[in-house]
Amino acid sequence: MADNTEILAGLAEIVEEVAGIDTAEVSADKSFVDDLDIDSLSMVEIAVQAEDKFGVKIPDDQLAELKTVGDAVDYIAKNQ
Amino acid sequence: MTTADIEVVVTGLGATTPLGGDVTSTWEALLAGRSGVRRIDDDEHEWVTRHDLPVKIASPLAVPPSEVIPRVQLRRLDRCEQVALVAAKEAWAHAGSPEVEPERLAVVIGTGIGGAVTLLDQDDLLEGPGLRKVSPLTVPMLMPNGPAAWVGLELGAKGGVHAPVSACASGAEAMAWAMRLLQAGEVDVVVAGGAEACITGITVAGFVQARTLSQRNDDPERASRPFDTKRDGFVLGEGAGIMVLERAEFAAARGATVHGKLAGYGITSDAYHITGPDPEGTGQARAITKSIEHAGVAAADVTHVNCHATSTVAGDVGETRAVRKALGDHPVLTAPKSALGHLVGAAGAVEGIITLLSISEGIIPATLNLDELDPGVELDVVAGEPRKVDITAAVNDSFGFGGHNVALTFVKA
Repeated sequence: MADNTEILAGLAEIVEEVAGIDTAEVSADKSFVDDLDIDSLSMVEIAVQAEDKFGVKIPDDQLAELKTVGDAVDYIAKNQ
Repeated sequence: MTTADIEVVVTGLGATTPLGGDVTSTWEALLAGRSGVRRIDDDEHEWVTRHDLPVKIASPLAVPPSEVIPRVQLRRLDRCEQVALVAAKEAWAHAGSPEVEPERLAVVIGTGIGGAVTLLDQDDLLEGPGLRKVSPLTVPMLMPNGPAAWVGLELGAKGGVHAPVSACASGAEAMAWAMRLLQAGEVDVVVAGGAEACITGITVAGFVQARTLSQRNDDPERASRPFDTKRDGFVLGEGAGIMVLERAEFAAARGATVHGKLAGYGITSDAYHITGPDPEGTGQARAITKSIEHAGVAAADVTHVNCHATSTVAGDVGETRAVRKALGDHPVLTAPKSALGHLVGAAGAVEGIITLLSISEGIIPATLNLDELDPGVELDVVAGEPRKVDITAAVNDSFGFGGHNVALTFVKA
């Protein structure tokens, strides 16, 4: 089980690979769409990679609710 | 038919080809008589050996897109979209990045096959690890309008984005559509050309089964030999060629450097056979005639033809019949596919650029590997060394599976 710091670091690596955003930019308060400029297609890629990395399921209706990086970290922490 | 009132000028050129990563390196390699054809039975093309394909040669890009496109952008693009972007950026910069209203800027980029690499890779993922691993970008990567759409996004073009698909005539047809848009007064600037990157197992296998590819595996650089008696098929290549075309008055007003004019185009269709050219070359001749009439150029004034000539047994001689029928015996020919291989949907665009450079530089690159001229040709083909020729008007032929014939007429600036 990864703690929140580890989840954030792992998620930042995924975001960096998929969208080319520096890992330092990927902090809990950032909105995927408004701050990091990540489109819906890239969000699908990020979700699939996060599922594999953290052993969680992220259904589409949940994915739509994950507005910020912090939302995603909390969701993964609760469901891993 | 008369010359339309709106003149179309060429202000920017861009290319990435088996001979070089840009226009200058490609042109210099052509004049130096270098070949872009090589063996491909290597790790990158492991399918050649795995399927024991009888064709083990191709003309891949001299500079892979991964060397010039950032990693994150690279993974969102099919290879044919990557090459389109590389060539378009060069052409746009060469044109001086024209300041044009987005609504008056259009893109026309054709492809013969489109995102073949993506289709195969993603199908492997679906059949292997399954749905979850299929990229959400699969469709925009494989769609044949992808190259045009991505270039339109890059340049902010809002005057229309188009993608002619006419096999090996696609790149030339894109130039023709661009000219049509400009002469209709719809836009002021068009970024036009062709892009192709389909050196894959299934495309090579398909061309092998159609008996169209050269099997001269033991001597790759000698394999593509248009007009030579010992030709045995074409060599599959990849690349992109892009031109920035403008309404002449618009280009003049912004003080752009003009490299030549696209003066006319002719598009016809054979309605003869799905792959085989009409042996009489009737439809091809009509395309050439329409093109020079559109340009307002007399047949006697066309001193050079940059041929489609792919190095297939049937195609090359048929084309020369069409040239003789439409223009007479005087034009001097060359066949750049002898060095480049066949870039399919990019061929017409890259060869259009070469035609334009032949006019502006006054020199025609030699046709490689022309040791013994097919007696059916009966025309003067530049071979051995490039030839200095003062050209006022030249025609560039492109023909494609499906019976597509496109001829473009370029004239001096």
